Amino acid sequence: MTEIFGVPIQAFMGQLTIGLVNGAFYAMLSLGLAVIFGMLNIVNFAHGALYMMGAMFSWMLLKYADVNYWFALVLAPVAVGIVGAIIERTMLRWLYQLDHLYGLLLTFGLALILEGAFREAYGSSGAPYDAPDVFRGVFDLGFMFLPKYRAWVVLASTIVCISTWYIIEKTKLGAYLRAGTENPKLVQAFGINVPLMVTLTYAFGVGLAGLAGVLAAPIYQVSALMGSNIIIVVFAVVVIGGMGSIMGSIITGLALGIIEGLTKVFYPEASSTVVFIIMVIVLLIRPAGLFGREK
Amino acid sequence: MKRKFIAVAVAAALATGMSVANAQQGKLSDDVVKIGVLTDMSGVYADYGGPGAVMAAKMAVEDFGGKMFGKEIQVISADHQNKPDIAKNVTLQWFDRDKVDMTVENLNSGVALAVTALGKEKNKITIVNGAASARLTNEDCAPATGIHYLMDTIALGNVVGKAIVKDGGDSWFFLTADYAFGHSLEKDTGEVVKAAGGKVLGAVRHPLSTGDFSSFLLQAQSSGAKIVGLANAGGDTVNSIKSAAEFGITKKQSLAALLMLITDVDAVGLKTAQGLYLTEGWYWDTNAETRAWAKKFEDRMKKKPNSNQASVYSATLHYLNAVKAAGTDDTAPVMKKMHEMPINDMFAKNGKIREDGRMVHDMYLYQVKTPAESKAPWDYYKLKGTIKGDDAFQSLANSRCPTFKKS
Repeated sequence: MTEIFGVPIQAFMGQLTIGLVNGAFYAMLSLGLAVIFGMLNIVNFAHGALYMMGAMFSWMLLKYADVNYWFALVLAPVAVGIVGAIIERTMLRWLYQLDHLYGLLLTFGLALILEGAFREAYGSSGAPYDAPDVFRGVFDLGFMFLPKYRAWVVLASTIVCISTWYIIEKTKLGAYLRAGTENPKLVQAFGINVPLMVTLTYAFGVGLAGLAGVLAAPIYQVSALMGSNIIIVVFAVVVIGGMGSIMGSIITGLALGIIEGLTKVFYPEASSTVVFIIMVIVLLIRPAGLFGREK
Repeated sequence: MKRKFIAVAVAAALATGMSVANAQQGKLSDDVVKIGVLTDMSGVYADYGGPGAVMAAKMAVEDFGGKMFGKEIQVISADHQNKPDIAKNVTLQWFDRDKVDMTVENLNSGVALAVTALGKEKNKITIVNGAASARLTNEDCAPATGIHYLMDTIALGNVVGKAIVKDGGDSWFFLTADYAFGHSLEKDTGEVVKAAGGKVLGAVRHPLSTGDFSSFLLQAQSSGAKIVGLANAGGDTVNSIKSAAEFGITKKQSLAALLMLITDVDAVGLKTAQGLYLTEGWYWDTNAETRAWAKKFEDRMKKKPNSNQASVYSATLHYLNAVKAAGTDDTAPVMKKMHEMPINDMFAKNGKIREDGRMVHDMYLYQVKTPAESKAPWDYYKLKGTIKGDDAFQSLANSRCPTFKKS
């Protein structure tokens, strides 16, 4: 059998594919963070908790209201978005003029409160959530079995990432948004409601986290702790990609998922640290991140 | 007014005097029996021990009567967050400042090893329930102060390992949590498998609380082993089982969850967990006694107890009985009584704490029911075999514990 670095090529290809799936989650979460940071200058530490809420909401919808996966895919992110809008209107609003640190501390506190509340209510071992029947079974790729549901995750997140990038970078709405954050007073003078736009941006950013949560629900255990497990890695992704860079966060998310997957083959013990090693190296060489611009 | 006050005071003095006279003669340090429940209250193992374990200890105190020689019995608890250094600080504070006489539960093997070593140093009783590393009664034993109550990695490997190899599952690959407990479990089960004529083809070690197990499972798959042994616990086991089902690994290979409690089965759901073999020291639906206790627990905690929580109850009750029999809460006489007295309660029949600190009791091999077989919530297990304590646990002759005399 052909081998790459002593690893059979089949195993190697399998790990690449899995890395891509995990990378899709990283990309979607870091995209939301990048949008929020780029537009609002808020380091949103509550992102992991809102991702968890997306998964929790879809589980609750199924359990208490018998609402299936497809509706949850729409309803849960909207619900998370509404929670986000409330957070922005009532709390974050007062912090825009202050140092980043205040926003970070506030959202970190929120994350702890949300996680604590869900853990108190539903315990820490979590609950199972089944994928819809359409996605039962696997694709035989020759070198591995790829569960249909994971293929769907990659597809869905790619669509979401590309459309977000397109809206912000290529449409008129995106242009307003970018202008609004650059010089809010001037844009307001043109008759555009900047505060509303900012609220909607935050709601959209956390809505993406909620969507990632729904997509993750059938793969991982739906539990109060699922957000804190992933958020630190996602922050590292954003830092590596360059804070606020949208394309940067998408590409870095996918790339780090793959690198992490390969680490699990060559030296599994380091799989939870490899992302941070890369982060340190990137910060030393390019402090603004791979795709960030020095200010 | 003054007279009334005096009357009340006299009455009170008489009453206390009477109760002292009524109580069995005994002497307590600091006039209180204080039990510290150290557990994970908020992390991956919170459903495993957590608030349920604290409740179990409180229930034991209640069933004992709440008082020792007329003095109060207190239960306090703390969250060690699965960090041995935090566990050590809390325990030190408990022993040195807060007058704690005994700590119980101590889940997470890293924590358990730290606390047991501290108990040895400070001459205080430490009972380990939820942690499984067999090092606690071997290399890192503390026979004069430490007790290992529920199960250990040797017993877990022994029961499931032997049963599966006998069933034809003779080649193994391990998925191992990368800390003290996982390493012990992998090593001990591997030895059982080899002794029974099987082969260990390899292992992959994953960090604690890994989100995604698919990479590791692919490696297990390409090893070609018949059995993938899950040498992990809690959320990690749950996520491994889910991913294995998703990637179709269970079609050609079988999973063996080496440490899985009923709370994990509940979290995975019967649809995915059905057919799994696992070892437990206790199951709520065993007899009338266990069912009655489980009901009391469920009324308070809104879910069934697992074996770990039941063992915390049993250990606390046994300790209190030993203090009563010894007439003191000093470490040495209480330990002597704990070793001498057999354990007969809803958790164990004729349980015995050996010289090396190992509490020996029967272990059970269960298979998880299919959704169709399960008639009620938490009706999850089919009994596949009862293994006598002496067969399940390591024999004293094989113990690597250096500090007690082998008889």
